[in-house]
Amino acid sequence: MDDIVIRSPKAPRPRSSELKKRLWRNKYLYLMIVPGIFYFIIFKYIPMGGLVIALQDYRPFKGITGSDWVGLKHFERLFTEPDFLNILVNTLLLFGMNLVFYFPIPIILALMLNEVRISFFKRTFQTLVYLPHFMSWVIIVSISFVMLTSDGGIINELLVYFGFEKINFLLSTEWFRPTYILQVIWREAGWGTIIYLAAIASVDPQLYEAARMDGAGRLRQVWHITLPAIRSVIVILLILKIGDVLELGFEHVYLLLNSMNREVAEIIDTYVYTAGLRQGQFSYSTAIGFFKSFVGLVLVMLANKLAKKMGEEGVY
Amino acid sequence: MVEDKSFGGRMFSIVNFSLLTIIALITILPFLHVVAGSFTTSAEMAVKKFILIPTIWSFDAYKFIFSTDTIFRAMGVSAGTTLIGTLFSMLMSCLMGYGLSRRDLDGRRVIMFMVVFTMLFSGGMIPTFLVVKELGLIDSYAALIIPSAISAFNLIILKNFFQNIPEGLEESAKIDGCNDFGILFRIVLPLSMPAIATISLFYAVTYWNTYLSAIIYLNDNAKWPIQVLLRQIVVLASGLDYSSDLDTAVPPPDQTIKMAVIVVATMPILVVYPFLQKHFAKGALIGSIKG
Repeated sequence: MDDIVIRSPKAPRPRSSELKKRLWRNKYLYLMIVPGIFYFIIFKYIPMGGLVIALQDYRPFKGITGSDWVGLKHFERLFTEPDFLNILVNTLLLFGMNLVFYFPIPIILALMLNEVRISFFKRTFQTLVYLPHFMSWVIIVSISFVMLTSDGGIINELLVYFGFEKINFLLSTEWFRPTYILQVIWREAGWGTIIYLAAIASVDPQLYEAARMDGAGRLRQVWHITLPAIRSVIVILLILKIGDVLELGFEHVYLLLNSMNREVAEIIDTYVYTAGLRQGQFSYSTAIGFFKSFVGLVLVMLANKLAKKMGEEGVY
Repeated sequence: MVEDKSFGGRMFSIVNFSLLTIIALITILPFLHVVAGSFTTSAEMAVKKFILIPTIWSFDAYKFIFSTDTIFRAMGVSAGTTLIGTLFSMLMSCLMGYGLSRRDLDGRRVIMFMVVFTMLFSGGMIPTFLVVKELGLIDSYAALIIPSAISAFNLIILKNFFQNIPEGLEESAKIDGCNDFGILFRIVLPLSMPAIATISLFYAVTYWNTYLSAIIYLNDNAKWPIQVLLRQIVVLASGLDYSSDLDTAVPPPDQTIKMAVIVVATMPILVVYPFLQKHFAKGALIGSIKG
């Protein structure tokens, strides 16, 4: 006790020794996070550093240190290659479809589900529609293939039964995008409702009470109370979605991709895989990958800023 | 809330119910169709295409797919990866998540930023592949686990959960002479069972569904997990891209066989789904809270 009284008025350098003490006291905590930090450094940050190979003509046997530096050559190629423009357009189109056709569906579903008063129905519905989210893309695509194939698939048999022509969904260029987006909706729409349902659950019931007093019907209540209440959640999810602009799910598209629909189905991710790992153009495909990550990051930051300007809370 | 008894209100309810019922049916019918199809004889499948309940139950398709050990081996690889991967990921995530949940830890904000940043920006496929290759993990089962050992999202959920445990409990354990490892394993983890269950299931589902890592890091088809095999059997054999990498050992299968393989690959998920169902919504929500 006396110690403290004597030392406190001066206290020349207790901070650093205190810090040391704290560090030492928490030594086991640091020990706990070290494996995780190593993981993030090795598998996340070293690859980020590895992006420099986009500025090289990387040859696996020469390594990063031995490969020739070529400056922006690969980026120049990227912006002059007609192939790349096509891929970029494909990517953006799929993203646009995601935004227009998929994004509103969980919101609508959540609003509809919120109007259901029978909790048994609600729970059963949720159990059923959450299920596809836990299936891998391989399973989702496989089931679709089995159903869509023109060789005895149920959808084509139905078309024939009702007097239509068979459609080769899997090999056609026109049907690739609808198939893609329907699969996205099938797998994710149900699961996507969770976060909106939670936001709706926190709305004050008195607001509805008051609206009913004023003679508002159910639709008006949804429009004037529920929807504004979840507005900020919608904005946050929209920002995150925009950040994923070029992140459409390699697995999903790759599984749908074949030589017949390549023209519309090749997106940045699948191209990086084919050009990079299959054909060994490491540097060029890394440049493309970098372009994608970078655009995603910039877009998220812009969207976040915009949201904040509009008076919403951003993601960070 | 009081039920709206007006005509408009009732109509609204009826339309709403009907639509939701239809949506639920559309979501679930493809699964039922595939399950039913897998138990149908090929002959019946060829005649009537709209099957929800087979007239003659047949296990032919299953007998066929289990007649070689290809499926067994792939299931074994997936099961092993899932089990070991989940344990490993949980260990890493719990340790790091607990460390980061302690407010008196210096540097925790910096490390958190480091974690969150990986969710916004990444080195991408090729540089990551090169790192995995440098580490000599190509063609090893470890390549399915180690490069994706910690999911930043799951880590943050765990960290937030640990953070909400009253600090008093930890303090008293400390006074009783427990060190931080003791506190984590004897006090914090037992109190966090709902979060542990949720995140374990998330990891397990991810590992079971592993496809991308397998096609990038494994060249040897004897090591393929079930998802890759499923794709070979169903997607590639559907008249597409025979050229690329079709395993010639697999004959062009008919519908019932494809369906049986899908069912087998889906089964483990369906088995754990009731447990998932109990916890996951909560887990997904904890993670969505900022911070």
